[in-house]
Amino acid sequence: MVTLRRVTQSRLRWVMALLLLGLAGALIALALSWRPAIAPITPPARSSFAPALVARGAMLAKLGDCAVCHTRDGGAPLAGGRALATPFGTLYSDNLTPDPETGIGTWSASAFRRAMKDGVSRTGAHLYPALPYEHFTHVRDADLDAIYAFLMTRRPVHAAAPANRLIFPLGFRPLLAGWKLLFLHRGETPIDPGRSAAWNRGAYIVEGLGHCGGCHTPRNLAGGEIRSQAYAGGIAEGWRAPALNAANPAARKWTQDALVTYLRTGISPDHSAAAGPMGPVVESLSQVPESEVRAIAAYIGAKMGGGTAPAQARLPDHAGAAARRFPEGAVLFAGACAGCHGPGAPMMGQDRPSLALATTVRDGSATSAAQAVLQGIEPPVAGRGPKMPGFADALTNEQIAAVLGYLRARYTDQPDWKKLPATVAKARKEGAQP
Amino acid sequence: MNLAITVNGARHQVDARPETPLLYVLRDDLGLNGPKYGCGLGQCGACTVQLDGKAIFSCVTPVGAVGDRPVRTVEGLGTSDRMSPLQQAFLDEQAAQCGYCIAGMIMRAQALLDADPHPTEQKIRAHMQTNLCRCGTHMRILRAIRRVAGIASDGAAA
Repeated sequence: MVTLRRVTQSRLRWVMALLLLGLAGALIALALSWRPAIAPITPPARSSFAPALVARGAMLAKLGDCAVCHTRDGGAPLAGGRALATPFGTLYSDNLTPDPETGIGTWSASAFRRAMKDGVSRTGAHLYPALPYEHFTHVRDADLDAIYAFLMTRRPVHAAAPANRLIFPLGFRPLLAGWKLLFLHRGETPIDPGRSAAWNRGAYIVEGLGHCGGCHTPRNLAGGEIRSQAYAGGIAEGWRAPALNAANPAARKWTQDALVTYLRTGISPDHSAAAGPMGPVVESLSQVPESEVRAIAAYIGAKMGGGTAPAQARLPDHAGAAARRFPEGAVLFAGACAGCHGPGAPMMGQDRPSLALATTVRDGSATSAAQAVLQGIEPPVAGRGPKMPGFADALTNEQIAAVLGYLRARYTDQPDWKKLPATVAKARKEGAQP
Repeated sequence: MNLAITVNGARHQVDARPETPLLYVLRDDLGLNGPKYGCGLGQCGACTVQLDGKAIFSCVTPVGAVGDRPVRTVEGLGTSDRMSPLQQAFLDEQAAQCGYCIAGMIMRAQALLDADPHPTEQKIRAHMQTNLCRCGTHMRILRAIRRVAGIASDGAAA
Protein backbone atom coordinates (compact mmCIF):
# COMPACT_ATOMS: atom_id res chain seq x y z
CA MET A 1 0.00 0.00 0.00
CA VAL A 2 2.70 2.41 1.06
CA THR A 3 4.71 1.69 -2.03
CA LEU A 4 1.65 2.13 -4.20
CA ARG A 5 0.84 5.47 -2.64
CA ARG A 6 4.43 6.61 -3.12
CA VAL A 7 4.34 5.64 -6.78
CA THR A 8 1.05 7.44 -7.24
CA GLN A 9 2.40 10.57 -5.57
CA SER A 10 5.58 10.63 -7.59
CA ARG A 11 3.59 10.09 -10.75
CA LEU A 12 1.30 12.92 -9.78
CA ARG A 13 4.34 15.15 -9.24
CA TRP A 14 5.57 14.33 -12.73
CA VAL A 15 2.21 15.08 -14.27
CA MET A 16 2.07 18.41 -12.43
CA ALA A 17 5.57 19.29 -13.56
CA LEU A 18 4.75 18.46 -17.18
CA LEU A 19 1.56 20.45 -17.05
CA LEU A 20 3.38 23.47 -15.64
CA LEU A 21 6.07 23.11 -18.27
CA GLY A 22 3.43 22.87 -20.98
CA LEU A 23 1.65 25.93 -19.61
CA ALA A 24 4.92 27.88 -19.49
CA GLY A 25 5.69 26.80 -23.05
CA ALA A 26 2.27 27.87 -24.21
CA LEU A 27 2.68 31.25 -22.53
CA ILE A 28 6.09 31.77 -24.12
CA ALA A 29 4.70 30.74 -27.51
CA LEU A 30 1.79 33.12 -27.06
CA ALA A 31 4.16 35.91 -26.11
CA LEU A 32 6.36 35.19 -29.11
CA SER A 33 3.37 35.15 -31.42
CA TRP A 34 2.16 38.51 -30.15
CA ARG A 35 2.34 41.43 -32.56
CA PRO A 36 1.48 45.03 -31.66
CA ALA A 37 -1.33 46.94 -33.28
CA ILE A 38 -0.23 49.73 -35.62
CA ALA A 39 -2.02 52.97 -34.79
CA PRO A 40 -4.99 53.73 -37.04
CA ILE A 41 -4.66 56.69 -39.36
CA THR A 42 -7.21 59.07 -40.81
CA PRO A 43 -7.86 57.83 -44.35
CA PRO A 44 -5.49 59.87 -46.52
CA ALA A 45 -6.86 62.13 -49.24
CA ARG A 46 -6.78 60.66 -52.72
CA SER A 47 -4.82 63.64 -53.91
CA SER A 48 -1.98 62.72 -51.56
CA PHE A 49 -0.99 59.86 -53.90
CA ALA A 50 0.84 60.65 -57.14
CA PRO A 51 -1.17 59.48 -60.17
CA ALA A 52 1.86 57.69 -61.61
CA LEU A 53 2.26 55.73 -58.39
CA VAL A 54 -1.43 54.78 -58.41
CA ALA A 55 -1.18 53.63 -62.03
CA ARG A 56 1.85 51.52 -61.24
CA GLY A 57 0.03 50.05 -58.26
CA ALA A 58 -2.93 49.15 -60.47
CA MET A 59 -0.61 47.22 -62.79
CA LEU A 60 1.12 45.47 -59.88
CA ALA A 61 -2.25 44.55 -58.37
CA LYS A 62 -3.06 42.86 -61.69
CA LEU A 63 0.19 40.90 -61.51
CA GLY A 64 -0.77 39.88 -57.99
CA ASP A 65 -4.36 38.99 -58.96
CA CYS A 66 -5.61 40.75 -55.82
CA ALA A 67 -9.11 41.32 -57.17
CA VAL A 68 -9.67 37.64 -57.97
CA CYS A 69 -9.85 36.55 -54.33
CA HIS A 70 -10.88 39.89 -52.89
CA THR A 71 -14.06 40.26 -54.96
CA ARG A 72 -17.14 38.17 -54.37
CA ASP A 73 -19.46 37.12 -57.19
CA GLY A 74 -21.47 40.17 -58.16
CA GLY A 75 -19.75 42.27 -55.49
CA ALA A 76 -17.83 45.53 -55.79
CA PRO A 77 -14.24 45.04 -56.96
CA LEU A 78 -11.76 44.50 -54.09
CA ALA A 79 -14.50 44.74 -51.44
CA GLY A 80 -13.81 41.15 -50.34
CA GLY A 81 -16.28 38.59 -49.01
CA ARG A 82 -15.41 35.85 -51.47
CA ALA A 83 -15.58 32.40 -49.87
CA LEU A 84 -12.35 30.44 -50.22
CA ALA A 85 -12.68 26.72 -49.60
CA THR A 86 -9.56 25.23 -48.00
CA PRO A 87 -8.90 21.80 -46.50
CA PHE A 88 -9.15 23.56 -43.13
CA GLY A 89 -12.54 25.19 -43.64
CA THR A 90 -13.93 28.22 -45.42
CA LEU A 91 -12.26 31.62 -45.28
CA TYR A 92 -13.74 34.89 -46.48
CA SER A 93 -11.48 37.43 -48.11
CA ASP A 94 -11.07 40.86 -46.54
CA ASN A 95 -12.28 44.17 -47.90
CA LEU A 96 -9.32 45.97 -49.50
CA THR A 97 -11.13 49.22 -50.24
CA PRO A 98 -10.29 52.21 -48.02
CA ASP A 99 -13.50 52.02 -45.98
CA PRO A 100 -12.40 52.96 -42.44
CA GLU A 101 -14.67 50.46 -40.68
CA THR A 102 -14.71 47.36 -42.86
CA GLY A 103 -11.77 47.96 -45.21
CA ILE A 104 -8.20 49.21 -44.90
CA GLY A 105 -9.03 52.92 -44.67
CA THR A 106 -7.22 53.35 -41.34
CA TRP A 107 -4.18 51.32 -42.38
CA SER A 108 -0.89 53.19 -42.74
CA ALA A 109 1.55 52.22 -45.48
CA SER A 110 3.65 50.42 -42.90
CA ALA A 111 0.63 48.44 -41.67
CA PHE A 112 -0.04 47.40 -45.27
CA ARG A 113 3.59 46.41 -45.79
CA ARG A 114 3.53 44.32 -42.61
CA ALA A 115 0.36 42.52 -43.73
CA MET A 116 1.90 41.69 -47.10
CA LYS A 117 5.34 40.68 -45.83
CA ASP A 118 4.59 39.16 -42.41
CA GLY A 119 0.90 38.27 -42.66
CA VAL A 120 -0.13 40.44 -39.72
CA SER A 121 -3.21 42.65 -39.75
CA ARG A 122 -3.07 46.29 -38.63
CA THR A 123 -4.61 45.22 -35.33
CA GLY A 124 -1.78 42.76 -34.72
CA ALA A 125 -3.82 39.63 -35.54
CA HIS A 126 -2.09 36.97 -37.61
CA LEU A 127 -3.59 36.54 -41.09
CA TYR A 128 -4.31 33.17 -42.64
CA PRO A 129 -1.90 32.08 -45.38
CA ALA A 130 -4.74 32.04 -47.91
CA LEU A 131 -3.18 35.49 -48.33
CA PRO A 132 0.02 34.19 -49.94
CA TYR A 133 2.40 36.24 -47.81
CA GLU A 134 5.03 33.54 -48.15
CA HIS A 135 5.28 34.95 -51.69
CA PHE A 136 4.40 38.59 -51.09
CA THR A 137 7.19 38.76 -48.49
CA HIS A 138 9.59 38.86 -51.46
CA VAL A 139 8.02 42.00 -52.93
CA ARG A 140 10.03 45.20 -52.69
CA ASP A 141 8.72 47.98 -50.45
CA ALA A 142 8.50 50.45 -53.35
CA ASP A 143 6.12 48.08 -55.15
CA LEU A 144 4.06 47.48 -52.00
CA ASP A 145 3.76 51.25 -51.56
CA ALA A 146 2.46 51.55 -55.13
CA ILE A 147 -0.17 48.87 -54.50
CA TYR A 148 -1.08 50.67 -51.27
CA ALA A 149 -1.52 53.91 -53.22
CA PHE A 150 -3.75 52.09 -55.72
CA LEU A 151 -5.93 50.52 -53.03
CA MET A 152 -6.24 53.69 -50.95
CA THR A 153 -7.51 55.62 -53.97
CA ARG A 154 -10.35 53.17 -54.72
CA ARG A 155 -13.92 54.09 -53.85
CA PRO A 156 -14.50 52.98 -50.25
CA VAL A 157 -17.09 50.22 -50.03
CA HIS A 158 -18.74 49.41 -46.70
CA ALA A 159 -18.75 45.62 -46.67
CA ALA A 160 -17.78 43.41 -43.75
CA ALA A 161 -16.60 39.91 -44.63
CA PRO A 162 -18.62 37.05 -43.12
CA ALA A 163 -16.97 35.20 -40.24
CA ASN A 164 -14.60 32.39 -41.23
CA ARG A 165 -15.72 28.82 -40.70
CA LEU A 166 -12.63 26.83 -39.77
CA ILE A 167 -12.09 23.48 -38.13
CA PHE A 168 -11.07 23.55 -34.44
CA PRO A 169 -8.64 24.91 -33.22
CA LEU A 170 -7.61 26.93 -36.27
CA GLY A 171 -9.84 29.83 -35.33
CA PHE A 172 -7.14 30.62 -32.75
CA ARG A 173 -4.88 32.90 -34.76
CA PRO A 174 -1.72 32.81 -32.59
CA LEU A 175 -1.24 29.27 -33.93
CA LEU A 176 -0.38 30.90 -37.26
CA ALA A 177 2.88 32.15 -35.76
CA GLY A 178 4.01 28.52 -35.65
CA TRP A 179 2.98 28.05 -39.28
CA LYS A 180 5.04 31.09 -40.26
CA LEU A 181 8.05 29.75 -38.37
CA LEU A 182 7.96 26.74 -40.68
CA PHE A 183 6.82 28.16 -43.98
CA LEU A 184 7.40 31.92 -44.16
CA HIS A 185 10.87 32.50 -45.60
CA ARG A 186 11.53 36.21 -45.78
CA GLY A 187 13.95 38.04 -48.02
CA GLU A 188 14.14 39.29 -51.59
CA THR A 189 14.26 36.98 -54.59
CA PRO A 190 17.97 36.61 -55.33
CA ILE A 191 19.29 38.12 -58.55
CA ASP A 192 21.11 35.69 -60.83
CA PRO A 193 23.66 37.74 -62.78
CA GLY A 194 24.21 34.79 -65.12
CA ARG A 195 20.61 35.09 -66.38
CA SER A 196 18.92 37.67 -68.58
CA ALA A 197 17.20 40.75 -67.21
CA ALA A 198 13.87 39.28 -68.36
CA TRP A 199 14.51 36.04 -66.46
CA ASN A 200 15.37 37.97 -63.30
CA ARG A 201 12.30 40.17 -63.65
CA GLY A 202 10.28 37.00 -64.18
CA ALA A 203 11.72 35.42 -61.04
CA TYR A 204 10.77 38.51 -59.07
CA ILE A 205 7.17 38.46 -60.38
CA VAL A 206 6.62 34.69 -60.27
CA GLU A 207 8.12 34.09 -56.81
CA GLY A 208 6.62 37.27 -55.38
CA LEU A 209 3.45 39.04 -56.49
CA GLY A 210 2.47 36.42 -59.07
CA HIS A 211 2.55 33.70 -56.36
CA CYS A 212 2.42 31.03 -59.09
CA GLY A 213 3.68 28.41 -56.64
CA GLY A 214 0.58 28.97 -54.55
CA CYS A 215 -1.24 26.62 -56.91
CA HIS A 216 1.53 24.97 -58.97
CA THR A 217 3.57 23.70 -55.99
CA PRO A 218 2.22 20.79 -53.94
CA ARG A 219 1.39 21.48 -50.29
CA ASN A 220 2.03 19.37 -47.21
CA LEU A 221 -0.59 18.40 -44.62
CA ALA A 222 -0.12 21.70 -42.81
CA GLY A 223 -0.88 23.59 -46.03
CA GLY A 224 2.72 24.73 -46.56
CA GLU A 225 4.29 24.62 -50.00
CA ILE A 226 6.79 21.75 -50.27
CA ARG A 227 9.86 23.73 -51.33
CA SER A 228 11.81 20.66 -52.43
CA GLN A 229 9.04 20.05 -54.98
CA ALA A 230 8.64 23.62 -56.19
CA TYR A 231 6.41 23.83 -59.31
CA ALA A 232 5.89 20.06 -59.40
CA GLY A 233 2.14 20.62 -59.78
CA GLY A 234 -0.53 21.27 -57.16
CA ILE A 235 -4.22 21.74 -56.58
CA ALA A 236 -6.37 24.84 -57.09
CA GLU A 237 -10.07 24.95 -56.23
CA GLY A 238 -10.58 21.31 -57.16
CA TRP A 239 -8.54 21.61 -60.39
CA ARG A 240 -5.04 20.32 -60.90
CA ALA A 241 -2.44 23.01 -61.50
CA PRO A 242 0.03 21.24 -63.79
CA ALA A 243 3.73 20.97 -63.15
CA LEU A 244 5.70 23.99 -64.38
CA ASN A 245 9.08 22.27 -64.16
CA ALA A 246 10.69 19.63 -66.37
CA ALA A 247 7.81 17.28 -65.46
CA ASN A 248 5.33 19.47 -67.37
CA PRO A 249 3.29 17.00 -69.42
CA ALA A 250 2.85 19.10 -72.60
CA ALA A 251 3.11 17.15 -75.86
CA ARG A 252 5.07 20.01 -77.40
CA LYS A 253 7.58 21.78 -75.18
CA TRP A 254 6.37 25.21 -74.18
CA THR A 255 8.30 27.98 -75.89
CA GLN A 256 8.46 31.48 -74.48
CA ASP A 257 6.29 32.75 -77.34
CA ALA A 258 3.68 30.05 -76.71
CA LEU A 259 3.64 30.95 -73.02
CA VAL A 260 3.13 34.63 -73.79
CA THR A 261 0.25 33.85 -76.16
CA TYR A 262 -1.33 31.50 -73.62
CA LEU A 263 -0.94 33.84 -70.67
CA ARG A 264 -2.36 36.82 -72.56
CA THR A 265 -5.18 35.17 -74.55
CA GLY A 266 -6.04 31.99 -72.65
CA ILE A 267 -5.17 29.62 -75.47
CA SER A 268 -2.11 28.42 -77.30
CA PRO A 269 -2.54 26.59 -80.62
CA ASP A 270 0.25 24.19 -79.61
CA HIS A 271 -1.22 23.41 -76.21
CA SER A 272 -4.67 24.02 -74.85
CA ALA A 273 -7.01 26.50 -73.24
CA ALA A 274 -6.76 28.06 -69.80
CA ALA A 275 -9.56 26.70 -67.63
CA GLY A 276 -10.81 26.90 -64.07
CA PRO A 277 -8.79 29.13 -61.73
CA MET A 278 -6.26 29.86 -64.51
CA GLY A 279 -8.93 31.88 -66.34
CA PRO A 280 -8.80 34.88 -63.97
CA VAL A 281 -4.98 34.79 -64.08
CA VAL A 282 -5.12 35.15 -67.86
CA GLU A 283 -7.67 37.92 -67.57
CA SER A 284 -5.28 39.86 -65.34
CA LEU A 285 -2.24 39.19 -67.50
CA SER A 286 -4.12 40.32 -70.61
CA GLN A 287 -4.12 43.79 -69.05
CA VAL A 288 -0.48 44.26 -68.05
CA PRO A 289 2.35 45.37 -70.36
CA GLU A 290 3.54 42.54 -72.59
CA SER A 291 7.10 42.94 -71.26
CA GLU A 292 5.93 41.71 -67.83
CA VAL A 293 4.34 38.61 -69.38
CA ARG A 294 7.50 38.03 -71.44
CA ALA A 295 9.48 38.10 -68.20
CA ILE A 296 7.17 35.52 -66.61
CA ALA A 297 7.51 33.38 -69.74
CA ALA A 298 11.31 33.63 -69.64
CA TYR A 299 11.42 32.39 -66.05
CA ILE A 300 8.73 29.69 -66.28
CA GLY A 301 9.91 28.62 -69.74
CA ALA A 302 13.42 28.04 -68.36
CA LYS A 303 11.97 25.94 -65.53
CA MET A 304 10.13 23.75 -68.01
CA GLY A 305 13.25 23.39 -70.12
CA GLY A 306 11.62 24.66 -73.29
CA GLY A 307 13.69 26.27 -76.02
CA THR A 308 12.62 29.03 -78.33
CA ALA A 309 11.39 26.84 -81.23
CA PRO A 310 8.56 24.35 -80.83
CA ALA A 311 9.73 20.75 -81.11
CA GLN A 312 7.39 18.88 -83.41
CA ALA A 313 5.75 15.92 -81.76
CA ARG A 314 3.73 13.25 -83.52
CA LEU A 315 0.17 13.48 -82.27
CA PRO A 316 -1.37 10.16 -81.33
CA ASP A 317 -4.92 9.31 -82.48
CA HIS A 318 -5.70 5.69 -81.64
CA ALA A 319 -9.42 5.98 -82.45
CA GLY A 320 -9.97 2.29 -83.23
CA ALA A 321 -8.04 0.83 -80.31
CA ALA A 322 -9.59 3.29 -77.87
CA ALA A 323 -13.12 2.46 -79.09
CA ARG A 324 -12.48 -1.25 -78.60
CA ARG A 325 -11.27 -0.68 -75.03
CA PHE A 326 -13.81 2.00 -74.07
CA PRO A 327 -16.92 1.37 -76.21
CA GLU A 328 -19.24 3.46 -74.01
CA GLY A 329 -16.72 6.30 -73.95
CA ALA A 330 -16.47 6.18 -77.75
CA VAL A 331 -20.26 6.48 -78.13
CA LEU A 332 -20.47 9.37 -75.68
CA PHE A 333 -17.52 11.13 -77.32
CA ALA A 334 -19.19 10.82 -80.74
CA GLY A 335 -22.42 12.39 -79.43
CA ALA A 336 -21.12 14.93 -76.92
CA CYS A 337 -17.58 15.91 -77.91
CA ALA A 338 -16.88 15.16 -81.57
CA GLY A 339 -18.98 18.10 -82.82
CA CYS A 340 -16.08 20.31 -81.68
CA HIS A 341 -13.12 18.03 -80.96
CA GLY A 342 -13.54 15.38 -83.66
CA PRO A 343 -11.54 15.36 -86.91
CA GLY A 344 -13.13 17.71 -89.42
CA ALA A 345 -15.22 19.55 -86.81
CA PRO A 346 -15.62 23.28 -87.53
CA MET A 347 -13.65 24.19 -84.40
CA MET A 348 -10.69 22.13 -85.53
CA GLY A 349 -10.51 24.26 -88.67
CA GLN A 350 -9.95 27.36 -86.53
CA ASP A 351 -6.44 26.48 -85.38
CA ARG A 352 -7.78 25.14 -82.08
CA PRO A 353 -5.51 22.53 -80.50
CA SER A 354 -6.21 18.81 -80.79
CA LEU A 355 -7.01 17.00 -77.56
CA ALA A 356 -3.71 15.19 -78.14
CA LEU A 357 -2.02 18.49 -77.21
CA ALA A 358 -4.11 19.17 -74.13
CA THR A 359 -2.14 19.16 -70.89
CA THR A 360 -5.24 18.04 -69.01
CA VAL A 361 -5.47 14.86 -71.11
CA ARG A 362 -1.75 14.11 -70.79
CA ASP A 363 -1.38 14.90 -67.09
CA GLY A 364 -0.83 12.07 -64.63
CA SER A 365 -3.99 13.16 -62.80
CA ALA A 366 -7.42 13.11 -64.45
CA THR A 367 -8.66 15.85 -62.12
CA SER A 368 -8.54 18.82 -64.50
CA ALA A 369 -9.87 16.80 -67.43
CA ALA A 370 -12.81 15.80 -65.22
CA GLN A 371 -13.37 19.43 -64.17
CA ALA A 372 -13.24 20.69 -67.76
CA VAL A 373 -15.93 18.17 -68.78
CA LEU A 374 -18.03 18.88 -65.67
CA GLN A 375 -17.78 22.66 -65.56
CA GLY A 376 -16.76 23.53 -69.10
CA ILE A 377 -14.45 26.41 -69.94
CA GLU A 378 -15.35 30.08 -69.75
CA PRO A 379 -13.54 32.54 -72.03
CA PRO A 380 -10.97 34.06 -69.67
CA VAL A 381 -10.88 37.37 -71.50
CA ALA A 382 -14.47 38.58 -71.68
CA GLY A 383 -16.04 38.21 -75.09
CA ARG A 384 -13.24 36.23 -76.74
CA GLY A 385 -11.38 33.01 -76.31
CA PRO A 386 -12.44 29.41 -75.99
CA LYS A 387 -15.79 28.46 -74.49
CA MET A 388 -16.81 24.92 -73.72
CA PRO A 389 -20.16 23.93 -72.26
CA GLY A 390 -20.13 21.99 -68.99
CA PHE A 391 -21.62 18.50 -68.89
CA ALA A 392 -22.18 18.20 -65.12
CA ASP A 393 -25.98 17.97 -65.55
CA ALA A 394 -25.97 16.01 -68.81
CA LEU A 395 -23.61 13.15 -68.01
CA THR A 396 -23.28 10.99 -64.88
CA ASN A 397 -19.95 10.43 -63.12
CA GLU A 398 -19.67 6.98 -64.67
CA GLN A 399 -20.37 8.37 -68.15
CA ILE A 400 -17.75 11.11 -67.74
CA ALA A 401 -15.30 8.48 -66.48
CA ALA A 402 -15.97 6.45 -69.63
CA VAL A 403 -15.32 9.49 -71.84
CA LEU A 404 -12.09 10.29 -69.99
CA GLY A 405 -10.84 6.71 -70.28
CA TYR A 406 -11.52 6.86 -74.01
CA LEU A 407 -9.84 10.27 -74.46
CA ARG A 408 -6.73 9.14 -72.64
CA ALA A 409 -6.47 5.97 -74.74
CA ARG A 410 -7.27 7.70 -78.01
CA TYR A 411 -5.18 10.87 -77.75
CA THR A 412 -2.15 9.85 -75.67
CA ASP A 413 0.35 7.05 -75.27
CA GLN A 414 0.20 7.50 -71.49
CA PRO A 415 -0.95 4.77 -69.10
CA ASP A 416 -4.68 4.61 -68.24
CA TRP A 417 -5.97 6.82 -65.46
CA LYS A 418 -6.89 4.69 -62.45
CA LYS A 419 -10.10 4.93 -60.38
CA LEU A 420 -11.73 7.35 -62.81
CA PRO A 421 -15.28 7.26 -61.41
CA ALA A 422 -13.92 8.20 -57.96
CA THR A 423 -11.85 11.03 -59.47
CA VAL A 424 -14.90 12.40 -61.28
CA ALA A 425 -17.07 12.12 -58.14
CA LYS A 426 -14.45 14.00 -56.12
CA ALA A 427 -14.05 16.64 -58.83
CA ARG A 428 -17.82 17.15 -58.95
CA LYS A 429 -17.98 17.59 -55.18
CA GLU A 430 -15.06 20.02 -55.05
CA GLY A 431 -16.20 21.93 -58.11
CA ALA A 432 -19.51 22.67 -56.39
CA GLN A 433 -17.83 24.27 -53.36
CA PRO A 434 -18.24 26.53 -51.59
CA MET B 1 -30.71 0.13 -82.12
CA ASN B 2 -33.78 0.24 -79.92
CA LEU B 3 -33.62 2.63 -76.98
CA ALA B 4 -36.24 3.48 -74.38
CA ILE B 5 -36.49 7.05 -73.05
CA THR B 6 -39.04 8.80 -70.88
CA VAL B 7 -40.14 12.19 -72.22
CA ASN B 8 -42.76 14.38 -70.55
CA GLY B 9 -43.90 11.43 -68.48
CA ALA B 10 -44.39 8.99 -71.36
CA ARG B 11 -42.11 6.07 -72.16
CA HIS B 12 -40.99 5.90 -75.80
CA GLN B 13 -39.15 3.26 -77.80
CA VAL B 14 -36.94 4.88 -80.41
CA ASP B 15 -34.82 3.38 -83.12
CA ALA B 16 -31.61 5.40 -82.91
CA ARG B 17 -27.89 4.94 -82.53
CA PRO B 18 -26.86 5.81 -78.95
CA GLU B 19 -24.53 8.64 -80.05
CA THR B 20 -27.41 10.48 -81.77
CA PRO B 21 -27.99 13.85 -80.09
CA LEU B 22 -31.08 13.78 -77.89
CA LEU B 23 -32.29 16.86 -79.80
CA TYR B 24 -32.59 14.91 -83.07
CA VAL B 25 -34.56 12.13 -81.40
CA LEU B 26 -36.92 14.61 -79.74
CA ARG B 27 -37.60 16.49 -82.96
CA ASP B 28 -37.33 13.85 -85.67
CA ASP B 29 -38.58 10.73 -83.90
CA LEU B 30 -40.98 12.12 -81.29
CA GLY B 31 -42.16 15.21 -83.17
CA LEU B 32 -41.40 17.53 -80.27
CA ASN B 33 -40.35 20.70 -82.05
CA GLY B 34 -40.05 22.94 -78.99
CA PRO B 35 -36.31 22.42 -78.60
CA LYS B 36 -34.51 24.07 -81.52
CA TYR B 37 -31.29 23.43 -83.36
CA GLY B 38 -29.19 26.58 -83.00
CA CYS B 39 -25.46 26.02 -83.06
CA GLY B 40 -25.19 22.30 -82.42
CA LEU B 41 -22.19 23.01 -80.18
CA GLY B 42 -23.74 23.77 -76.79
CA GLN B 43 -22.96 27.47 -77.21
CA CYS B 44 -26.39 29.08 -77.67
CA GLY B 45 -28.98 27.20 -75.59
CA ALA B 46 -31.79 27.00 -78.18
CA CYS B 47 -31.88 23.21 -77.68
CA THR B 48 -32.20 23.40 -73.86
CA VAL B 49 -34.44 20.76 -72.29
CA GLN B 50 -34.51 19.27 -68.79
CA LEU B 51 -32.85 15.99 -67.90
CA ASP B 52 -33.70 14.77 -64.43
CA GLY B 53 -34.84 18.30 -63.60
CA LYS B 54 -31.61 20.01 -64.74
CA ALA B 55 -31.29 22.21 -67.82
CA ILE B 56 -29.03 20.61 -70.43
CA PHE B 57 -28.10 21.21 -74.05
CA SER B 58 -29.87 18.43 -75.94
CA CYS B 59 -27.67 19.00 -79.04
CA VAL B 60 -24.56 17.73 -77.25
CA THR B 61 -26.23 15.11 -75.07
CA PRO B 62 -26.15 11.67 -76.72
CA VAL B 63 -29.50 9.89 -76.44
CA GLY B 64 -27.62 6.85 -75.15
CA ALA B 65 -26.61 8.88 -72.07
CA VAL B 66 -30.22 9.52 -71.02
CA GLY B 67 -30.89 6.08 -69.56
CA ASP B 68 -33.72 6.10 -67.03
CA ARG B 69 -33.48 9.84 -66.34
CA PRO B 70 -36.69 11.68 -67.28
CA VAL B 71 -36.59 14.25 -70.10
CA ARG B 72 -38.89 17.27 -70.07
CA THR B 73 -39.45 19.64 -72.97
CA VAL B 74 -41.53 22.78 -73.26
CA GLU B 75 -44.39 20.59 -74.50
CA GLY B 76 -44.43 19.04 -71.02
CA LEU B 77 -45.01 22.38 -69.29
CA GLY B 78 -48.39 23.38 -70.68
CA THR B 79 -50.44 23.89 -73.83
CA SER B 80 -51.54 27.08 -75.57
CA ASP B 81 -54.92 26.68 -73.81
CA ARG B 82 -53.48 25.86 -70.40
CA MET B 83 -50.16 27.57 -70.07
CA SER B 84 -47.79 27.10 -67.16
CA PRO B 85 -47.21 30.23 -65.02
CA LEU B 86 -43.81 30.76 -66.66
CA GLN B 87 -45.20 30.40 -70.19
CA GLN B 88 -47.96 32.87 -69.27
CA ALA B 89 -45.36 35.29 -67.93
CA PHE B 90 -43.35 35.07 -71.18
CA LEU B 91 -46.56 35.88 -73.05
CA ASP B 92 -47.54 38.71 -70.69
CA GLU B 93 -44.10 40.29 -70.97
CA GLN B 94 -44.04 39.72 -74.76
CA ALA B 95 -40.64 38.13 -74.21
CA ALA B 96 -40.47 36.51 -77.65
CA GLN B 97 -39.52 38.37 -80.79
CA CYS B 98 -38.66 35.71 -83.36
CA GLY B 99 -39.17 33.10 -80.65
CA TYR B 100 -36.43 30.70 -81.71
CA CYS B 101 -34.64 30.76 -78.33
CA ILE B 102 -37.74 30.91 -76.15
CA ALA B 103 -38.43 27.22 -75.56
CA GLY B 104 -34.84 26.83 -74.38
CA MET B 105 -35.08 29.96 -72.24
CA ILE B 106 -38.27 28.72 -70.58
CA MET B 107 -36.88 25.26 -69.88
CA ARG B 108 -33.68 26.66 -68.38
CA ALA B 109 -35.58 29.19 -66.24
CA GLN B 110 -38.08 26.55 -65.12
CA ALA B 111 -35.23 24.32 -63.90
CA LEU B 112 -34.06 27.18 -61.68
CA LEU B 113 -37.55 27.99 -60.40
CA ASP B 114 -38.21 24.33 -59.59
CA ALA B 115 -35.06 24.21 -57.46
CA ASP B 116 -35.48 27.73 -55.99
CA PRO B 117 -38.93 29.35 -56.39
CA HIS B 118 -37.64 32.80 -55.32
CA PRO B 119 -34.11 33.23 -56.72
CA THR B 120 -32.26 36.52 -56.49
CA GLU B 121 -31.71 38.70 -59.54
CA GLN B 122 -28.05 37.74 -59.48
CA LYS B 123 -28.88 34.06 -59.39
CA ILE B 124 -31.31 34.38 -62.30
CA ARG B 125 -28.74 36.19 -64.42
CA ALA B 126 -25.98 33.70 -63.63
CA HIS B 127 -28.30 30.79 -64.38
CA MET B 128 -29.50 32.21 -67.72
CA GLN B 129 -25.97 33.12 -68.84
CA THR B 130 -25.66 30.14 -71.18
CA ASN B 131 -28.72 30.97 -73.31
CA LEU B 132 -28.56 33.58 -76.05
CA CYS B 133 -31.26 35.59 -77.83
CA ARG B 134 -30.23 37.02 -81.19
CA CYS B 135 -33.18 39.43 -81.16
CA GLY B 136 -32.00 40.95 -77.89
CA THR B 137 -35.11 40.41 -75.78
CA HIS B 138 -33.06 39.40 -72.75
CA MET B 139 -34.55 42.18 -70.63
CA ARG B 140 -38.09 41.00 -71.33
CA ILE B 141 -37.05 37.41 -70.68
CA LEU B 142 -35.62 38.45 -67.32
CA ARG B 143 -38.83 40.36 -66.53
CA ALA B 144 -40.89 37.26 -67.26
CA ILE B 145 -38.75 35.13 -64.97
CA ARG B 146 -38.88 37.78 -62.21
CA ARG B 147 -42.66 37.87 -62.51
CA VAL B 148 -42.87 34.19 -61.61
CA ALA B 149 -40.08 34.43 -59.03
CA GLY B 150 -42.03 37.22 -57.36
CA ILE B 151 -39.15 39.69 -57.16
CA ALA B 152 -39.01 43.38 -57.98
CA SER B 153 -39.23 44.31 -61.63
CA ASP B 154 -36.20 46.60 -61.42
CA GLY B 155 -33.35 44.75 -63.10
CA ALA B 156 -30.73 46.65 -61.14
CA ALA B 157 -32.12 45.64 -57.75
CA ALA B 158 -31.25 42.62 -55.55
